[in-house]
Amino acid sequence: MLTGFLKLTWIEIKVFAREPMGLVGNLLIPVMVFLVVGRFVGTGRLDTMTLNPPPFNVPVLGALFIAIGSVFSLVAVITIYREGGILKRLRATPLSPVTILGAHVVVKLLFTVLALALLVLAGRQFFPGAIDVNMVSFTGALLLGTVSILSMGFLIASIVPTARFAGPITTAVLYPMLAISGLFFPVGQLPPPLQILTRFLPTTHATTLMLDIWNGGGWVASWVSVMALVLLFAFYTAISAKVFRWE
Amino acid sequence: MSNPVVSIDNLAKSYGSTIAVDDVTLEVFEGEIFGLIGPNGAGKTTTMECVEGLRKADRGTLSVLGLDPWREAAALQKRIGVQHQEAHLQKRIKVWEAIDLWSTLYSKVVDTNLLLQRLGLENKRNAWFMTLSGGQKQRLFIALALIHDPEVVFLDELTTGLDPQARRAIWELITDIRDRGKTVFLTTHLMEEAERLCDRVAIIEHGRVIEIGTPAELVEKHCPERTVVFTSDEAGVAERLNGLPNVKAVTSDGLQHSLNGQGTDFVTDVINAIASEKIRVTGFRTETPTLEDVFLRLTGHGIRD
Ligand SMILES: Nc1ncnc2c1ncn2[C@@H]1O[C@H](COP(=O)(O)OP(=O)(O)O)[C@@H](O)[C@H]1O
Ligand SMILES: [Mg+2]
Repeated sequence: MLTGFLKLTWIEIKVFAREPMGLVGNLLIPVMVFLVVGRFVGTGRLDTMTLNPPPFNVPVLGALFIAIGSVFSLVAVITIYREGGILKRLRATPLSPVTILGAHVVVKLLFTVLALALLVLAGRQFFPGAIDVNMVSFTGALLLGTVSILSMGFLIASIVPTARFAGPITTAVLYPMLAISGLFFPVGQLPPPLQILTRFLPTTHATTLMLDIWNGGGWVASWVSVMALVLLFAFYTAISAKVFRWE
Repeated sequence: MSNPVVSIDNLAKSYGSTIAVDDVTLEVFEGEIFGLIGPNGAGKTTTMECVEGLRKADRGTLSVLGLDPWREAAALQKRIGVQHQEAHLQKRIKVWEAIDLWSTLYSKVVDTNLLLQRLGLENKRNAWFMTLSGGQKQRLFIALALIHDPEVVFLDELTTGLDPQARRAIWELITDIRDRGKTVFLTTHLMEEAERLCDRVAIIEHGRVIEIGTPAELVEKHCPERTVVFTSDEAGVAERLNGLPNVKAVTSDGLQHSLNGQGTDFVTDVINAIASEKIRVTGFRTETPTLEDVFLRLTGHGIRD
C-alpha cells in the first residue's frame, strides 16, 4: 500500500499546484506578510528590533502565517472533498483512511517547507543579514508546529457544516489563536482563564518554540514546548478520529 | 438458480429519526443484473452503501461474496467495484492519473488502455476531471469500478442526468459486463432503464421491498391487461370480434378499434380472430403495460410524484 500512498500524495501535490489560488494563499501570502510587516517594523534578532518590544518577531510571524495557511488549505480541501463525495469514493477503495488523510498532511508539510524557503530567500534579498538562524532547526520547529496545528485542522473540518463555511470558521478559530499565541504580547498579560486556554492551543507552543530557536536556543532547552506540541497533536488527532465525518 | 452473491436479510438503517431503510430482504445471484428500483428517498442508496461496507446497518444480516461487508470491508473492497450516485473526483486530477492511482490499489488490473478505449475516453487521458461532460465523468467512474475486473459491480443511479444517447451506450456496456459472467447490482429511479437492463428487479418504497421478480413477471402479475389497437375500414368490426374470450371491452373510434383484455394469449387470440374473420387491417399495434404501470398500481402513485 506504500505505492498507493506515494501515488496519492504525488497526485494531491499536482492537483494542488494546478489550483490557481492554492499557491498564492500558501506561498505568496506569508512571504508578502513577512515583507510588508518587516518593511515597517524591522526584522531580525531582538537586539536589532526597532519599533516593537520583544517578543514580537517578524520571521516567526511569517512562519506562523505559513502554518496557518496550511490549515486553511487543509480544511478547504477536506470539506470540498467531503462535499463532492471524493472522500467517500476513495474510502470505497483498498486505501486506508489514514492513507487518504495522511497524503494531505504530507502535501501541506511539503508546501510549508517550500513557503519557508521562499520566505528565507525573500528575507536574504530584502533584509540582508536579518535572517541568521540555524535553518534546519527552525524548519524542524515550524514543521512540528504545523503538524500540531493541522491536527486541529481535522477537528475544524469536522465541525464545518459545508465547504462555504470553511474559510470563515477557520478564520474565526485560528486568528484569535494567533492573537493570543504570545507573539504580539506576552501570554502573562492575558486574564488567567485565557492563559490556561493558551496551553491547549498548539499555536502558543509553536510560537514559543520558534522564538526560542530563533533566539539561539536548542531543542533540549525547549523540551516543554516540544512535548506540548506532541501531546496536543495526539490529543487533537484522537478527538478528530472520533468526530471526523467522511460525508 | 446459481449462488447468491449478495444477500440482504431484514436490513434496517436510520439517520437520526429518519428511517431510510425499514426492512429490506433480497438476494442477487451470480451473473445477473439486479435492479433496486424506487422513487427518490426510497432507501436505494442507503441499502447499497450498507452492502458496500460504507455504512453500518442498524439491524439485519448482510453477506457479499460470503463476507460481512462492515466487518470485512477491506477484504470486500478488493473484490467489488463501485460507482456512487453524484460522485466526484479532484477537480484538477487528470483521467490517466485517476486510472493510474486506482491501478496501483489492486493486485490484478485489466488492460487500462483497452478499458478507456471501450469507454470512449482514450482521447480524454490528459483532461482534467472538471472539464469532462456528465457522460464522460460517469464513464470514468465506470472505468474505475471495473479496473480490477471485480466479481460484483455496484452502480448507483448510473445514468441519471445523461442524455438518451449516452444512456444507451452505458446500458450496452453494463450488458457486456453481465455477459462476461459478472454480477451487477444497480439502482435506478428510471423504470425504462430497469425494464431494458435488469434481469430481475426489486421495487422499494419507504425503505421496504414491496415486490421482487423479473420485469415481465411483475407486469404479468400486476398488470396483466393488454390492449390491441388496429384500424380497419370494414363495417361491423366491433361486433364481429365481441365474442372473443378474455375480451373485456371493445371501443371504436371511427376506423380505429381497441380491444382490452388480459392474459398472455390475448394478443394471439385477437390476431387469430382477425384472421379467421378475414378482416382487412391497415394498422395494428399492441399496448403492453410497463414497470411504470406496475409501480403505479402497487403504490397508487407515479414514481416521479
Ligand atoms: N447521510 C444522510 N443523513 C441523513 N439522512 C439521509 C442521509 N442519506 C439519506 N438520508 C435520508 O434517507 C432517506 C433515504 O435516502 P436514500 O437512501 O438516499 O434514498 P434513494 O437513494 O432511494 O433516493 C431519505 O429520506 C434521505 O433524505
Ligand atoms: Mg440514491
